[in-house]
Amino acid sequence: MTPQKQLTAYYTMVRNDFVRIVRIWSQTLLPPVVTTSLYFIVFGTFIGSQLAPIHGLRYIQFIVPGLIMMSVITSSYMNTVSTFYFAKWTHTLDEILVSPMPDWLIIMGFVSGGVMRGLFVGVLVGIVGLFFTHLAIFNILVLIGAVVLTSVLFALGGVINGAFAKSFDGISIVPTFVLTPLTYLGGIFYSISQFPPVWQTVSKFNPILYMVNAFRWGFFGFSDINIGVCFGVLFGFILIFLAVTLWLFRGGIGVKN
Amino acid sequence: MASAVSVHNLRKTYAGHKGQQGVEALKGVSLTVEDGDFFALLGPNGAGKSTLIGIISSLVNKTAGDVSIFGVDIARDPSLAKTYIGLVPQEMNINIFEKVEDIVATQAGYYGTPRPQAIADAEPILKDLGLWEKRHAPAQSLSGGMKRRLMIARALIHKPRLLILDEPTAGVDVELRRQMWTFLRQMNEQGTTIILTTHYLEEAEQLCRNVAIINKGRILINESMEGLLKRHGEEKLEEVYLGLIESKTADKLA
Repeated sequence: MTPQKQLTAYYTMVRNDFVRIVRIWSQTLLPPVVTTSLYFIVFGTFIGSQLAPIHGLRYIQFIVPGLIMMSVITSSYMNTVSTFYFAKWTHTLDEILVSPMPDWLIIMGFVSGGVMRGLFVGVLVGIVGLFFTHLAIFNILVLIGAVVLTSVLFALGGVINGAFAKSFDGISIVPTFVLTPLTYLGGIFYSISQFPPVWQTVSKFNPILYMVNAFRWGFFGFSDINIGVCFGVLFGFILIFLAVTLWLFRGGIGVKN
Repeated sequence: MASAVSVHNLRKTYAGHKGQQGVEALKGVSLTVEDGDFFALLGPNGAGKSTLIGIISSLVNKTAGDVSIFGVDIARDPSLAKTYIGLVPQEMNINIFEKVEDIVATQAGYYGTPRPQAIADAEPILKDLGLWEKRHAPAQSLSGGMKRRLMIARALIHKPRLLILDEPTAGVDVELRRQMWTFLRQMNEQGTTIILTTHYLEEAEQLCRNVAIINKGRILINESMEGLLKRHGEEKLEEVYLGLIESKTADKLA
């Protein structure tokens, strides 16, 4: 398959997902925007107005980056886990597997769909956030890098979950019992500098903490964790998830019969 | 000239679940399908037909053995081997929410054909298969026979040299089945090699020049349709087929 044909095949996968995401926008784009708006109202405005500033920021300003990141993580993950598992369940994945697309290109196609939806939702939630508070941009490259890499990571995670899932229950267990707790405990609503040392150490075992802090650094220029360490953790997890995904495709585990 | 399909000592063992022993679906299958052939692959349910087709089309990983498509080893250059194959699977595997034209154009896209070109390429195929009027309809609105034809259209959009049909006429009415026969004969006359699995033995007898019968993961016979019928002195393939399958079963029971 020539590079030109590979590009066309990749574009076909991404275009399909784009059309699907936009066609069912009330399921893909609207829910995270509504949910996050409620967070802005309840935690940011009602409760946040009673709280002391964190690192010199009003509470609602502090939580906006984390809430955007939470929406990006959930949307990226849910997009790939649902499209991949649905394709497996309906056997429409076979349409792609019989084609000459190499494994890495198929993975890229699925992941790009997840990143696309994650970033759409992130931008929409960010716009909604601007109705509640103002946001500065300290470093646009770090901000974009953190959100795109996080989206890639969780889109890969969704493919892995979709490959291992044997039923629709299997695609909701990880988001409910792993992703949501890690996200809530990932420094969205607080700075770990407010914790006693032992809980600060415990918190550092949560990878989402590094992503939220890298993203917040892009907005405000401060982070509970060194920014280089944040990106190191991000790249490390992406490499691990990518290796696992390639291994699954190579062996056909959860992908082929 | 290389054979369309060359299978040598192919084995497939499916892993067992929860401590159960694995299932050996193919036990050293060797088979050759020549370029331009119309080839019948017959056998009872669970004989290994779909596994064999799955391995040829890269949907199932083999355990051991070699498979070449027009001289290209599927393990060495799967990408090139796949460009030669069009597959119509046994199970419906179309996204029923998508439109007919989109399903076909998307499949072409996976093979690297840009969408405008794919839509142009789809026109004669959809017309030949009687789906042109339905091109803007979602697949869920099609009848069962139309969905089968849509799967054939999708398999043909990248102009494959080898078309593999896994029970394409299952559940299709007699009139439509005859129309599909005519279409497949035309495809074969134009140079497309066809492998057909079917439980309608009359269909195989009418269409195919060569035949292999597989049972319990082994090839029982592999020869020309004419030679097989002559050798057994029977008029109908069904009688020969039943005789072969039942005698093997009897051998096992003895």
